[in-house]
Amino acid sequence: MKEASGGNLLVRNVHLFDPSEGISKEGESLLVLEGRVASPGSSVPAGTPEIDGRGGLLCPGFVDLHAHFREPGFEYKETVASGSRAAAAGGFTSVCVMANTNPVNDNAAITRAILDRAREVGLVRVFPIGAVTRGLEGAELSEMGALSEAGCIAFSDDGRPVSTALMLRRALEYSRLFGKPVIDHCEDMPLSNRGVMNEGTVSAELGLAGIPNASEEVSIARDLAVLELAGGHLHVAHLSTAGGVRLVREARRRHLRVTTETCPHYFSLTDEAVRCHGTHAKMNPPLRREEDRLAVIAGIRDGTIDAIATDHAPHAPHEKEQEFDRAPFGIIGLETAFSLSLELVRDGHITLSELMTLLSARPAEIFGLPHGSLHPGGLADLVLLDLEGEWEAGRPGYRSKSRNSPFTGRTMKGRVAATIVGGRVVFEESRP
Amino acid sequence: MPERSLPSSPPSIGPHLLSLSGMTKEKITSILDAAETFLDVGHQTVKKVPVLRGKTLVNLFYESSTRTRSSFEIAAKRLSADVINVTPSQSSVTKGESLSDTVRTIEALGADGIVIRHASSGAAAFVAERVNCHVVNGGDGCHEHPTQALLDLFTIRKKKGRIDGLSVAIVGDILHSRVARSNILALSAMGARIRLVAPPTLLPRGIEGWPVTIHHRLDRGIEGCDVVMALRLQLERASGGYIPSLSEYASLYGLSARVLERHAPEAVVLHPGPVNRGVEISGEEGFLNEVAILDQVEFGVSVRMAVLYLLMGGRPEEAALLSMPARGEGS
Repeated sequence: MKEASGGNLLVRNVHLFDPSEGISKEGESLLVLEGRVASPGSSVPAGTPEIDGRGGLLCPGFVDLHAHFREPGFEYKETVASGSRAAAAGGFTSVCVMANTNPVNDNAAITRAILDRAREVGLVRVFPIGAVTRGLEGAELSEMGALSEAGCIAFSDDGRPVSTALMLRRALEYSRLFGKPVIDHCEDMPLSNRGVMNEGTVSAELGLAGIPNASEEVSIARDLAVLELAGGHLHVAHLSTAGGVRLVREARRRHLRVTTETCPHYFSLTDEAVRCHGTHAKMNPPLRREEDRLAVIAGIRDGTIDAIATDHAPHAPHEKEQEFDRAPFGIIGLETAFSLSLELVRDGHITLSELMTLLSARPAEIFGLPHGSLHPGGLADLVLLDLEGEWEAGRPGYRSKSRNSPFTGRTMKGRVAATIVGGRVVFEESRP
Repeated sequence: MPERSLPSSPPSIGPHLLSLSGMTKEKITSILDAAETFLDVGHQTVKKVPVLRGKTLVNLFYESSTRTRSSFEIAAKRLSADVINVTPSQSSVTKGESLSDTVRTIEALGADGIVIRHASSGAAAFVAERVNCHVVNGGDGCHEHPTQALLDLFTIRKKKGRIDGLSVAIVGDILHSRVARSNILALSAMGARIRLVAPPTLLPRGIEGWPVTIHHRLDRGIEGCDVVMALRLQLERASGGYIPSLSEYASLYGLSARVLERHAPEAVVLHPGPVNRGVEISGEEGFLNEVAILDQVEFGVSVRMAVLYLLMGGRPEEAALLSMPARGEGS
């Protein structure tokens, strides 16, 4: 993306919608000059590209706090380029990418390499997350100072929890130097005991080893106690259980600096999906019971959950096409997140304004990231939405290099019509 | 997956036998009845019938097994099928070939049926989704072992004359047992009352909806039962922390002549084998002979003949001809 000289763009015939700025105006046009929203009355320079919004909703672009772009090391699953294309198609203008690459993003050289790739690709803003510990091994802190300096916006050993309470204490304390969050994948590994799906009626019937809810809850409880001791900012990744929501809610009441995210699959599906979708319904944390799904929605409603993230985790077909217990955890999510989240609005759980906040302003705020705004002078990271447009997920294909999703074939209502980063159109749906 | 057109009268048991979930009393009864017919074949001088002549069955066993593999092999050979045994150590599996590629290769070689035994739950269904030949689940992880349950039912029917209304206690490691899962499905379909007897560590979570009652004490669990089914305890369960020691397990859940005499004197005792002597069943002299294990093994061949025949063979109405020895076969 050419941040230095942002693009000029005129978006005609749109409904401007930016709840964090209190903007909702139909039948408008928006002019972007040099990547920023122009002041009212600015003249349109000659040769400014235009797009016709066809009455769609123009909003600040989405911000994903949790994705895996797999580069370097696993380019057969995803690359910065393919991940960026998937993000743009999903309406995401900023994406935070996890450190479990190979080599691990535990040093400034890797961070810079990722940022260089993202700049070459030039589609969405990519924000690397550095490892908490060297090699994600849980033994020694990574050089958070160097990582932060090179551009990491948070720290995480995602894929596994921060190894011990002591290591988490050190990480939280040390991260205070940089004012950046420590993200934890909350799971008590011995309690999970090599489980492969949620422990409950479905796992009992299928004879698959179960991961109990307590595995997440024990780990969150540990983390919250350590947070109280150490200070800093703890961000709980991919919240999936009723107990986890309750623990975070209670901690927020006590004004602990904890934030959290959930993912669309945790409020869209339950462990029943394993029966029909097999390894495409295998992720960690696993899909839970209906009670948990409803508790996650309640957490979204009452603000306990700050953000909807994707945990976009691409895996190649030959990896997912294995026996259930051998296949890797994870599903892709960038291209389906918005449409699935919009179902929360359709079902009356939250308002459209609240959804936009969960996908954009709030995640950007908690991680201190730039984000789009329709206010004059605001960053022109925008998404144009067609709320009524129907489409079938994964048809004819995904922009992601991988296609491991339980939502493939699902008819979705509401789609991303165009994505704009710094005033440049990085995605536009093909129209008849 | 394209459905095979198989004879549909009386009840078709489908192109595959992957699970006993949803299997009706009628279907199970038809399998047991067919097994009854095949029992005689084993008692003939020429133990062969020509119903699967020209068909090839592949035994694909990823886990070591003597009794199930041999039982399928003998069953298929008695039906005049050709049998190939593929075991991981002798094949390209050790070179890292995926299950998906392996079974497609086996099918391309001309297999009409595959019996799969695999450590992963769901492996049999996984295979069935990828091939057009018949698939029989020979045990998949902790999920199911349908032919074992069918032979258990057959044994019960032989010993007790019926299954409906009997009280059956299943004792031991329910959590990891594919034998238990298949038996619970089949026994409940047949109208038996099922009790699970196990320490809480060896019971799965999420079984509130199962048609069973739960007991933690052996004496109460088997009290007045018609059938007691002991499950094999994998010896690594102690090191895995599920039980403190094998000896403590034996003292709390081991079946002995004395405990059966006191609490379930009429019970038939079943065990899927192989028995850990002195763990699930006491090693005392003579007692093992009272356990129906060897009957189960013999009946297992007939039940597997019935299953292979109904899946891969001709028409069920031909069953009447089955007791006729094959002409020109064997010596």
